[in-house]
Amino acid sequence: MEIFLQQIINGLVQGSVYALVALGYTMVYGILGLINFAHGEVVMVGAMLALSALTAMLGWGVPPLLALLLSVGLAMAGCMALGYSIERIAYRPLRHAPRLAPLITAIGVSIVLQNLAMMIWGRQYHSFPTLFATSSHVIGGAIINDIQIAIVILAVLIMAGLMVVVHRTRLGRAMRAVAENQHSAQLMGVDVNRVISITFMLGSALAAIAGLMVSANYGLAHYYMGFLLGLKAFTAAVLGGIGNLRGAMLGGLLLGLIESLGTGYIGDLTGGFLGSNYQDVFAFFVLIAVLVFRPSGLLGERIAERA
Amino acid sequence: MSIDSTQNHINPVRPDPSTGSGLKADVEGWAGFDKLSPNGIKNSSNSINNCLLEVSDLQVAYGGIQAVKGISLQIAPGELVALIGSNGAGKSTTLKTLAGLLQPVSGEIQYDGNSLKNIAAHQRVSMGIALVPEGRGVFARLTVAENLQMGAYSRNDKSEIASDLVRMYELFPRLAERKDQLAGTLSGGEQQMVAMARALMSRPRLLMLDEPSMGLAPLMVKKIFETISDIAAQGMSILLVEQNAKLALQVAQRGYVMESGAITLSDEAKELLGSEAVQRAYLGG
Ligand SMILES: Nc1ncnc2c1ncn2[C@@H]1O[C@H](COP(=O)(O)OP(=O)(O)OP(=O)(O)O)[C@@H](O)[C@H]1O
Ligand SMILES: [Mg+2]
Repeated sequence: MEIFLQQIINGLVQGSVYALVALGYTMVYGILGLINFAHGEVVMVGAMLALSALTAMLGWGVPPLLALLLSVGLAMAGCMALGYSIERIAYRPLRHAPRLAPLITAIGVSIVLQNLAMMIWGRQYHSFPTLFATSSHVIGGAIINDIQIAIVILAVLIMAGLMVVVHRTRLGRAMRAVAENQHSAQLMGVDVNRVISITFMLGSALAAIAGLMVSANYGLAHYYMGFLLGLKAFTAAVLGGIGNLRGAMLGGLLLGLIESLGTGYIGDLTGGFLGSNYQDVFAFFVLIAVLVFRPSGLLGERIAERA
Repeated sequence: MSIDSTQNHINPVRPDPSTGSGLKADVEGWAGFDKLSPNGIKNSSNSINNCLLEVSDLQVAYGGIQAVKGISLQIAPGELVALIGSNGAGKSTTLKTLAGLLQPVSGEIQYDGNSLKNIAAHQRVSMGIALVPEGRGVFARLTVAENLQMGAYSRNDKSEIASDLVRMYELFPRLAERKDQLAGTLSGGEQQMVAMARALMSRPRLLMLDEPSMGLAPLMVKKIFETISDIAAQGMSILLVEQNAKLALQVAQRGYVMESGAITLSDEAKELLGSEAVQRAYLGG
């Protein structure tokens, strides 16, 4: 029972991060029909920027809380600029090209970013500095620490905020309109390119926060961390129904839980044949299963436009 | 009657509310609608010919295929002009180009005395140009109310927008009942109402309608056309593309006939209605 509860907690924490990253995939897919495979690298850049800024500022004697806030701000701004540039430079010129072209470009952008990060930050792991004395809490035999609590709460707040923006504001309406029909949106006076840029920047801001969360949770950041994380978050987006915001959140949390429970019990399930180092296979089982049995994902149903 | 597309000297006709439509409007709550004044400048500084829109020698191509081969047309303020022609004549292409969705190969579009060259589609909306596209293009996953709010996207006069919204619901009571419903779940006729109301929400000075009667039952067609002639009677300029040539020419003051990318006839709508060539080709008589 303790294991079960512990895995649920771990799953929720990890799932919150997946959800934030999955939102970036799904927003871009919803609006452009493009899978932005470079999104995982934006998460990595966010983590690296935040970590570098944090380490530097702590070295200068900036108070921890202030340093944290400034680093988050810097990472978000940096990632927004990066997301904007990726769209502007790599995707916009291919807007009307066959679908394969931007997909390959996305993989190319991803490799470029990884290599750039490697040149800047090196191949080594960077450890996340200790900012505050964090304590752990025991609930029903399972342990959760302050950082994990903060991750879940922050993720929930951010997602609620995003839903408000998308469903209750003029910008959000324009985003949904562009996602559905770019020509009609133009006929309403919407500057489609601007809305697309804003979408990339929003997704990238979420990615920056997610990057910081992951590195805070594991205490580490690394130039290669975006790859697997990005792939899993993409899986989460597909699981929920790519293009659907609620789907991305649901998919993220579910994937976090599946992965965590699977890892917790894989030893028992296979009679000790497979161990918890097989953690990463679950996401891809899920991906394959969804693609085979329900390609539109859990919430990926659409209302057709009537003739 | 002229057969030449280069002819063009129209007398801007003042809109006459009773323009031979024979479809006297009895739309509920209609009275409030005359408060809808156009977007932008009230006192238009329009050019020499007193035209709101003047298109000259417009050519549009899809890749190598010429769809519009050098057409010229004018619309005076407050005029309702019909553009008719058979399938593939280039009518929709013309409207899309005027709205800025397509770039012309050559030719000039003057709107309110200014060239529209290099003015993007979304910027034309705030200048007062609105297009209800073929197939309506409503946002299926937005509610009816959200669709109408999208129509007012280019405006920022909040309280005016709110009162226009009320007027739209008076104009189309059916939409008021369904305002929180997703537009994709509406019937075709209701979607046409959304598309029209949405375009009106931008307070256009030039409203372009691409086949508003397509796929609608006769009663709904009647209703939509009543609305069109009422809007025209309030002084809005309208360019109406229709397959239903008879109906279009009945409500319009003037008409252009388009065939394979060129304008082959243009005249007073009454004359076109009576013309033998038009009768044979488009009116099935
Ligand atoms: N996207 C496109 N690509 C290539 N050719 C096109 C495209 N759209 C239209 N055309 C061609 O341009 C010509 C004019 O088309 P357009 O849609 O303007 O005709 P239309 O007068 O609106 O016809 P209809 O009454 O059937 O709507 C046609 O020959 C059509 O095949
Ligand atoms: Mg057409």
